[in-house]
Amino acid sequence: METSLDNTVVTRSEPSLRVITSNATQKNVKTAGREKRSHRQIRTESVFRRSLVIVSLCMVVLVLGILITLIVQSVPSLKALGVGYLWGKTWDPVRDIYGALPFLLGTLLTSFLALLISVPFSFAVAIFLGEYYPKGWMPDLLKNAVELIAAVPSVIYGFWGLAVMVPMVQKLETVIHVPPVGYGIFTSSLILAIMIIPYSASLGRSMIQMVPSSLKEAAYSLGATRWEVIRSVIIPYTRSGLFAGVLLSLGRALGETMAVTMVIGNTTSMPQNIFSTGNTMASVIANELGEADKHVYNAALIELGLVLFFVTVVINIIGKKIITKFSN
Amino acid sequence: MKLMKNLALAALALTISGGMMLTSCNGSGSGSGADSSASKGEDNTILGAGSTFDNPLFSKQFSEYNKNTGLKVNYQSIGSGGGIKALTDKTVDFGASDAPLSDDQAKALTGAAVHIPVTAGAVVLSYNLPDVKDTLMLTPDVLANIFLGNIKKWNDAKIAAINKGVKLPALDITIAHRSDGSGTSNIFTTYLTKVNKDWETKVGKGSSVNWPAGLGGKGNEGVAGLIKQTPGSIGYIELAYAIQNGMAYAKMQNKAGAFITPSISSVTAAANIEIPADGKVSLTNTEAADGYPISGLSWVIIYTEQKYNNRSADKVKKMLTMIQWMVHDGQQYSSPLNYAPLSAKAVSVGDALLKTVTYEGKPVLQ
Repeated sequence: METSLDNTVVTRSEPSLRVITSNATQKNVKTAGREKRSHRQIRTESVFRRSLVIVSLCMVVLVLGILITLIVQSVPSLKALGVGYLWGKTWDPVRDIYGALPFLLGTLLTSFLALLISVPFSFAVAIFLGEYYPKGWMPDLLKNAVELIAAVPSVIYGFWGLAVMVPMVQKLETVIHVPPVGYGIFTSSLILAIMIIPYSASLGRSMIQMVPSSLKEAAYSLGATRWEVIRSVIIPYTRSGLFAGVLLSLGRALGETMAVTMVIGNTTSMPQNIFSTGNTMASVIANELGEADKHVYNAALIELGLVLFFVTVVINIIGKKIITKFSN
Repeated sequence: MKLMKNLALAALALTISGGMMLTSCNGSGSGSGADSSASKGEDNTILGAGSTFDNPLFSKQFSEYNKNTGLKVNYQSIGSGGGIKALTDKTVDFGASDAPLSDDQAKALTGAAVHIPVTAGAVVLSYNLPDVKDTLMLTPDVLANIFLGNIKKWNDAKIAAINKGVKLPALDITIAHRSDGSGTSNIFTTYLTKVNKDWETKVGKGSSVNWPAGLGGKGNEGVAGLIKQTPGSIGYIELAYAIQNGMAYAKMQNKAGAFITPSISSVTAAANIEIPADGKVSLTNTEAADGYPISGLSWVIIYTEQKYNNRSADKVKKMLTMIQWMVHDGQQYSSPLNYAPLSAKAVSVGDALLKTVTYEGKPVLQ
């Protein structure tokens, strides 16, 4: 490794150096200095490279460490409940019966519904800022506002959802003849949708700005309208980037805890439709871990964390596959 | 080149070992470091953790006690279960809980522990019926059937029968309960388990249960929010929280048959019963004729043998004196904060229990 690196450095930066030094003795002193310096440079280079490797390995160790902790700590529940844990519908700490299905379903329902609601908005913002008005005070304002949405702490969304969204959803539910509870999966999805817009919008915007202008100009010169340019040049070119943004949003939605727990209703029964109350895995853990006084109960909650971990991993792997497919 | 490689490797090894040394230092620092450096400063700080319900009272009591004696108490209100866990791990000097130790929890402790009652509280049924001006009255049976989901409308004959003259609306009943595990839920479900067979077999008691009906809110404020926002809702919250926020709450029929308004005095009255010598008693469904039935004591829990983790005799004495003060003089801060002062019987039991606490086998307080 070391020598090959040495060679490449020398050959790349000073291809004709060796020839010159062998012939001209005058330049010997200068070259020695240069060699010394390049030794030092190489040393710095390798130390730097090694530290990068160490730091990156730390990340891997960290993730594996979290995974191992989750597995080890959920052993009592894995032993007591087996795989039935995944499709059990009852969560009863008094009788030590734990089933994760209602919460698994709650997490997936709220996240994907939120994604469905947020995508039109985030793509619209991305196209508007990336293509139509990349500069100026108005787009700057919009850009900052969107970024601010990501910076607001989630408990504030929860509070706002409680004070504003819940009564609005109650009214909507009265109109469409659903029990006007106001709390539930639909309300949580609305809050989540707002929270995740910035992630796909920001990434989408920078992707759209990176589309080579030569491509766009070519399309324009062939008589394409703006809409046609967006549809047949920009969107296909940025497809994988846009999808990566959506994936980022989804990751955020899956793990969001505070805002969801404040408006979802926190019930352990199976959700019947999108207006029914429910609970998510993250929210159950946050609610119950502090007072989980029984051995199996505690482990069951940690196993819930393990399931959430795997759900996130699986969704990310599928997402990566789709992104590579798009890129080709 | 070889030299370079060795140098780099050496640097790498140094970094790693340095890192390891750092972490190992940190690891042991929390354990042995704190013990060995048990200086004056450490001896003058008592660590406690547990019940969130106790926290406002404890804050006041500990700050007053600090003014008088200079003793610092660092109390973390992480919830009763968390406090018991911390006591089990011996990371705190005392735990505080709204529920006595369960058999499992007692087994997990490394030694015997005593429960010293320090204050009492109550759980009230708050409701949102916009057009009802009179105070609602509830019997144990009706309450249990509402929370079981059997009584679904406010104008149900069973509710109307105990609230004669009150015009009850035809609203759906929405139940609000705690979503987080809590001592408040524990007191409430313990009460329902005592008074209703159906509840006992279907749901049971605990700090988290499988609620047959209703919505969950996080903390008292979460449940209060649900109640305020949903007409026709009923939920249970702490008495102190309900008083401070001016919420409507129902009168409950107690064991003696009287309808009792929850208040500081009716909770103290509930504790005026024979308290067993170990202090572990549930005040729910109290025998006291003028006692509010959904009341509960809150305890400070400490190990009976105080010599562990190299704790000094001085520190133990200071802590016990402080707990003694909480049981006696500290009670004056209860009423202003809407806590129920301990009944005379609870105080005498607490005193007797404190005297059983030992250091190296010898009682600390005389």
